[in-house]
Amino acid sequence: MLKAMLGEAWQAMGANRLRSGLTMLGMVIGVGSVVLMLAIGQGAQYSVAQTISTMGSNLYIVIAGSTSAGGLRSGSGGGPTLTIGDAEAITELDGVANVAPVQQGTQQLVHGPNNWSATVVGTTPPYLDARAWTLQSGYPFGDSDVRAATRVALIGQTAADNLFPNDDPLGKTVRIRQNPFVIIGVLARKGQNLDGRDQDDTLIIPLTTAQRKVFGNPFPGSVRMIMVQATSAEAMPAVEASMVALLRQRHRLREGQDNDFYLRNLAAAADSAAETTRVMSLLLGAIASVSLLVGGIGIMNIMLVSVTERTREIGIRMAIGARQRDILAQFLFEALMISVAGCLIGLLMGIGGALLTNALTDMVIVISGTSVLVAFAVAAGIGIFFGYYPAHRAAALDPIEALRHQ
Amino acid sequence: MPEAVIRTVGLGKSYLTAAGSFPALKGVDLCITGGEFVAIMGPSGSGKSTFMNLLGCLDTPSSGDYFLVGRNVAHLARDELAALRNRCIGFVFQGFNLLPRMSLEDNVALPLVYSGCRRDERRQRARSELARVGLADYAGARPNQISGGQQQRVAIARALVNSPQLILADEPTGNLDSHTSAEIMGLFADLNRQGISIVLVTHEADIAACAARQVRFRDGLLVSDEPTRSETPC
Repeated sequence: MLKAMLGEAWQAMGANRLRSGLTMLGMVIGVGSVVLMLAIGQGAQYSVAQTISTMGSNLYIVIAGSTSAGGLRSGSGGGPTLTIGDAEAITELDGVANVAPVQQGTQQLVHGPNNWSATVVGTTPPYLDARAWTLQSGYPFGDSDVRAATRVALIGQTAADNLFPNDDPLGKTVRIRQNPFVIIGVLARKGQNLDGRDQDDTLIIPLTTAQRKVFGNPFPGSVRMIMVQATSAEAMPAVEASMVALLRQRHRLREGQDNDFYLRNLAAAADSAAETTRVMSLLLGAIASVSLLVGGIGIMNIMLVSVTERTREIGIRMAIGARQRDILAQFLFEALMISVAGCLIGLLMGIGGALLTNALTDMVIVISGTSVLVAFAVAAGIGIFFGYYPAHRAAALDPIEALRHQ
Repeated sequence: MPEAVIRTVGLGKSYLTAAGSFPALKGVDLCITGGEFVAIMGPSGSGKSTFMNLLGCLDTPSSGDYFLVGRNVAHLARDELAALRNRCIGFVFQGFNLLPRMSLEDNVALPLVYSGCRRDERRQRARSELARVGLADYAGARPNQISGGQQQRVAIARALVNSPQLILADEPTGNLDSHTSAEIMGLFADLNRQGISIVLVTHEADIAACAARQVRFRDGLLVSDEPTRSETPC
């Protein structure tokens, strides 16, 4: 019975190929665009998630407050308000995983005939853990290097490529302001951060060495910023509160007095970037869904025409014993067949379009099984939903009237 | 005494029109026993079409009762009537009413689809009915590839495929020339001799003469019911 009905639906579709094809085209375009748009949206989400994971998770950056001298304000990080002691005190707080004081700036790096300007980061060993940064070769510096202010350095991929175009940088010497630094490790590649800045264009050296030999420091013991990593996303609000309380207490700030430091939450920035792309992909999907809806209406339209055209056929079928549900099933099957066939072609075209976009542009495209399944289920649902009304009309026809219909 | 295939008691049908209720059939009593060949005659508007629709379970009466093979079917639901049309009645129409997209075999097998037969059984029974009407060689042809007389034979094969007790034929020769009409009437007479009851609507006297009994309608009433006088049946 089911097989006979499928066969008849197939015949009915074949009887008017152009019309069936055009009706199907609505579904093809709808499903194709939904699949493609979801793939683009999910690709964007994926690449933002990738970028965020390179920054390190659950991070706070505490930045020293500004100074003001003769009406000239220094901007954030200019004041001597944060100290190594602050950093050590923060380490003791609950929920804190890693703390790394940071002094950084742009410096000219020189190796033999090559020179290159890059970000020089003076810090302590926990910095690499906080930023989830691994070494490609060599080994990191330790606490003893920080205590002794040794001249060792870890080099990022971009800086290494420019200073050592044909060489392995490991064991070589880089000079900053005439101070030679031995490269003991090469950092793994990270790519761009959310601002689009190249994170690999960098050189990491011990904090003490940076303050004494590279940047100079008018206020011994102070740092410009402290990177603080919480143990988990859930621990972040508690860490923030206790950190602010601790620093206010250490800096002897009275009630009502402004903080003499700034707190920046990198996780919040990452969340908002992720949220933006999520909204974007939802929006793309929603726009594409409209074309799916239009495709469904097209099916309903054609099925209504088909029921009118085939009124006599319906009458004949009723006369020889078709029950109402047989007629209903027949027209539902036809609508379903058009929408499912259109959906299959649309899936192929959507996936093809996604692969083509992937090949022709540097956009990241992610086709998930879920989105394919959802598109398929929605198309089948549309076939039933928009096919039901015409099928119901066919089934409700009066057999005598239908037989008389010319 | 054979069982009554059709028995109507005070069968009436009124239609609602803008001018009020219009009685198309005003209480008809008729009994047709198994194996009878009855012609129904009457001018247009006499109520014979309404009567045929009721006999065919395509419509339900406004009043009275209709016993089909002993069962009162006057107040059955649509799907129950469909099942009766499928199993107890075979229809033959003036315009043949074959489905143009299907092969003759599929046309003949169509009632079996609705009675839930399996595919190979449908095929086998459709072929044997096509053979019975002399069209075994045309199983794969389309209706538009054969003549009108042949199409009517296919329609008869379709009416026979579910082995009904009754065949209702509504002007079956109306679209055919006299020679082909005679052939079709010969086929009906054959079937009747095999024990199938046949009720035939016609307004041609020589066609009606093939039946053993002639019933006349006028103005919604049965006005005469008598055996055919002619000694030369088809």
